[in-house]
Amino acid sequence: MENEGLNLPNYNIPEDIQNIVAVTTLDRLYNWGRRSSVWPLMFGLACCAIEMIAAQTARYDMARFGMEVMRPTPRQADMMLVSGTVTKKMLPSIIRLYNQMPEPKYVVAMGACASSGGPFKEGYNVVAGIDKFLPVDVYIPGCPPTPQALIAGMIKLQEKIDKQSIKQVRWYTKGKVDANYVPMPILGPDLIDVRRNAEYKAAAAVKATQESA
Amino acid sequence: MTAPASTSTLDASAQLSASLVARFPDSVTADTRPGFSGFIIKKENLVEVATALRDEFGYDLLSSVTGVDYLAENKMEVVYHAFKTTGGPNLVFKVQVDRVDPIEVPSLYEVWTGADFQEREAWDLMGIRFTGHPDLRRILMWEGFEGHPLRRDYKEAFFEEEAKPFKSRWPEGNHKYAEFRTPHRDNLIFPEGFDPDNYKPENEDELYFSLERSSTKREEDALKTDHIVVNMGPHHPSTHGVLRVVVELDGETITSLKPVMGYLHRNHDKIGERSTFLQILPYTDRLDYFNSMANNFGYVTTVEKLMKIPVAERAEYIRVIMAELSRIQNHLIFIGMLINDLGSMYTPSLYAFEERELILDIFEAVSGARMMCNYFRFGGVVRDVPDDAMQKIKDLVHDRLPGKTDEMERFLNENEILLARLKGVRVLNAEDAIRHSVTGPCLRAAGVPYDLRRADPYSVYDRFDFDVAVRYNGDMYDNYLIRFDEIRQSLRILEQALKQIPQGSINSQKPQYQVRVPAGEAYGRVESPKGELGFYVVSNGKPNPYRYHVRAPSFVNLTAVESMCKGTKIADFVALLAMLDIVMGEVDR
Amino acid sequence: MYGKGILKGLGVTLNRFMETYLDDISWWVRGKKRYNSAEGIAHRSSKNTRGIFTVQYPEEQLLTPEEFRFVPFLVYDEGAEGKQEVRCTSCGICAKVCPPQCIWIVRTNDPNTGKPVPQPAQFYIDMDICMNCGFCAEYCPFDAIKMDHDFDIASVSRNVYDLEKLLKPATYYAKIRPQNYNREEEARKAKEAAKAARAAAPAAAAPSA
Repeated sequence: MENEGLNLPNYNIPEDIQNIVAVTTLDRLYNWGRRSSVWPLMFGLACCAIEMIAAQTARYDMARFGMEVMRPTPRQADMMLVSGTVTKKMLPSIIRLYNQMPEPKYVVAMGACASSGGPFKEGYNVVAGIDKFLPVDVYIPGCPPTPQALIAGMIKLQEKIDKQSIKQVRWYTKGKVDANYVPMPILGPDLIDVRRNAEYKAAAAVKATQESA
Repeated sequence: MTAPASTSTLDASAQLSASLVARFPDSVTADTRPGFSGFIIKKENLVEVATALRDEFGYDLLSSVTGVDYLAENKMEVVYHAFKTTGGPNLVFKVQVDRVDPIEVPSLYEVWTGADFQEREAWDLMGIRFTGHPDLRRILMWEGFEGHPLRRDYKEAFFEEEAKPFKSRWPEGNHKYAEFRTPHRDNLIFPEGFDPDNYKPENEDELYFSLERSSTKREEDALKTDHIVVNMGPHHPSTHGVLRVVVELDGETITSLKPVMGYLHRNHDKIGERSTFLQILPYTDRLDYFNSMANNFGYVTTVEKLMKIPVAERAEYIRVIMAELSRIQNHLIFIGMLINDLGSMYTPSLYAFEERELILDIFEAVSGARMMCNYFRFGGVVRDVPDDAMQKIKDLVHDRLPGKTDEMERFLNENEILLARLKGVRVLNAEDAIRHSVTGPCLRAAGVPYDLRRADPYSVYDRFDFDVAVRYNGDMYDNYLIRFDEIRQSLRILEQALKQIPQGSINSQKPQYQVRVPAGEAYGRVESPKGELGFYVVSNGKPNPYRYHVRAPSFVNLTAVESMCKGTKIADFVALLAMLDIVMGEVDR
Repeated sequence: MYGKGILKGLGVTLNRFMETYLDDISWWVRGKKRYNSAEGIAHRSSKNTRGIFTVQYPEEQLLTPEEFRFVPFLVYDEGAEGKQEVRCTSCGICAKVCPPQCIWIVRTNDPNTGKPVPQPAQFYIDMDICMNCGFCAEYCPFDAIKMDHDFDIASVSRNVYDLEKLLKPATYYAKIRPQNYNREEEARKAKEAAKAARAAAPAAAAPSA
């Protein structure tokens, strides 16, 4: 059937008009439109970015999913594919890009490094997973995930989009428009997440009392 | 250029040693620690001796500068490796200073400009202050970062134990996120008494002052023009990864330029010093992520030097085959990405990626992974090449890749737009390239036939008949064409290797997860597609290296970008950067 | 003539464009299926591939070479009555050799004697740290941990696998890596035979002595 993703399941459309008529709900139409044209931000960090490029090339061809339009500007992008190790030095730039993206926006952590810091987790300049700062929608394990694994992850993202309802999404909910705004971290003696200043001070105080005791 | 016979190497080094000590009897002594070699030079005479080494002894190319922190002896050592561009083995010399801050060593910037970034790195990570360096700022970390992380007594936030394997994993290995072991529940460490509310972050004044200092803005210009500062990156569609470049422009002409890196600094050296010798191997894959085979090659060569073990004959050939296949796909991607940078999006790079995929299929069948191969082991390789993969290598080398290289040349070489962009745009001349320690295709395109496979042969490269690709104009077009020459030479090597490859075992050692490496130092280097890839490893007999340093070709080649780009138009900048063929995994490590 | 080089280049693209259709026709004439068939996919990965190069995952999938590795899994043999005989003895070599140290093993201790029992009480692998290097499988002396072929494991949360999620039957292993499996089985049988022979030899030698 032509409009497989769009049609309401179990609704019998006469065979001769199947390619002309689709019966659907508003949610389904809305999600079908969005999931079929997820534009990624043209943004690569490390090794995974090469596999991301490979997934865009002829052999894997993400264009089949409407994901070939890599936008270099965050203003036109729907999805941020965090492809590689997030370092502390790079993090402010990533947060800034994310904040510039318009809703609806999705974050996919591609590969071990973006998901949790991966093999470089112990490093002094590595952020232990982008999910410390951004809301991650799909985690793709692998180091790096092969292009096919990346596409499998993208299908997971599409499934997630399919489950959303126009009535409940945060970007149409009153008062929740900026719910995903992330304040810019500061590069100080180490990375400072300004949302957690109080916590840092408390931890320092605890440490001080421990040492004096 | 011919390779020096290995028997005469010892004599030559003894001769050099005698003449150098005779020339500087007060300031040069031989390094007599067991397992170590080279000379120890007095700090006060360093510049003098280095100038003599360059001018009188012919060591014109400074390859590597790095620090070693001998915590127990309370000494800080700076290790230099210099080479002759006419070929031959390396010269090691060291400077030792007391480990009391401020640790000061004279800078060799004036002797070899190639020391620029490497000295900045040593300052950033080890805290060695190079007096006389014109621009000593932090390079990989940001200004204001607390501490010098490569010192032996620096402990990162997720620090667990001095060396792997960690005891918490077995036998009582209840899974626990690293986050829950640290006070801030994150990979963070703050100095004592740190108050985040009243903290004022350092701005980037230093960077912009340095940009201003090196500006070539002409004052006597008749027309008074303002100059603007443009920040490119770290998120920029044309830079190769997360590199940031600050450019000062006069109209469209670049008057000053400073690269800012470290956005992908993944602490390779520090993690390496915590890991066992074997555990480092998969990490090296992630240095230059286009050429994991070449990285493996460099690392195992170095450790084999330390361990003094032979390599199985068949494995040597397999290594060469894999390294050359890797070089071919790297150069194809270079060409595709260069055209991409010049504004012709996609088509050529799609063609290049097609051939790359076929080569990656071979890597996948042989090693198990497309990009991060982790295929080499000390003494050989992990498994033999399966028959069908061997057949596919032969198919590609004999039937497909030569034709496709021709097709690529037919496709691009005469394109008038490409010619207009590339021909006559200067990249580097030979003198500048050597002064900046540039190696690899960029040096050869400037007319210096310096290829480690010939200049200081490793593995079995001395058994193959091939030419060192060299071109003489040093412009962008030559830099572009030399990649095609190198692909052709690689195919020649591959043809011979496939013919000569013997049967037999693929590893001279028994597979073991804990290798014994005697104490000592070794510097191993291979000709990676990007240039000279060197590894400096110091072992103290323990299962993990005492010091592990990567001399990354991309990083050192980037030293030249400033002098390359000054005076050219901003439109050419991205293409010039592409010429250096940098990859950020290797620049930042 | 200005533009000759450009035209020459465009000739190459035209040629490559045509090749797709020429190949389609030649497959059609031979009555073979070019798309969605194993033969077609193999052809697209061979030296003779021309024109269209796309393998349309998820409808088609590239041929996975036997040595392909993604994430590790634990092998169990199927014993009597569907009992899982886990091969792992919790010796800890994989946890020691793992470069990013993402394997956690809890060894079983005998509740009466307190001595270790060769079986893991718990086994965790943090799949979001695993760097797919394959060392654990390579150095395991019991063929108990192997690298999986299944890469479709993306999820909406962090992936920490425990024993339940890690265990897969030996038949699955035999399916994805037949050559390795057969080689290991032969080695194991040879070893057992040698052991049996050694056990039999003193018994035979004893009465004569």
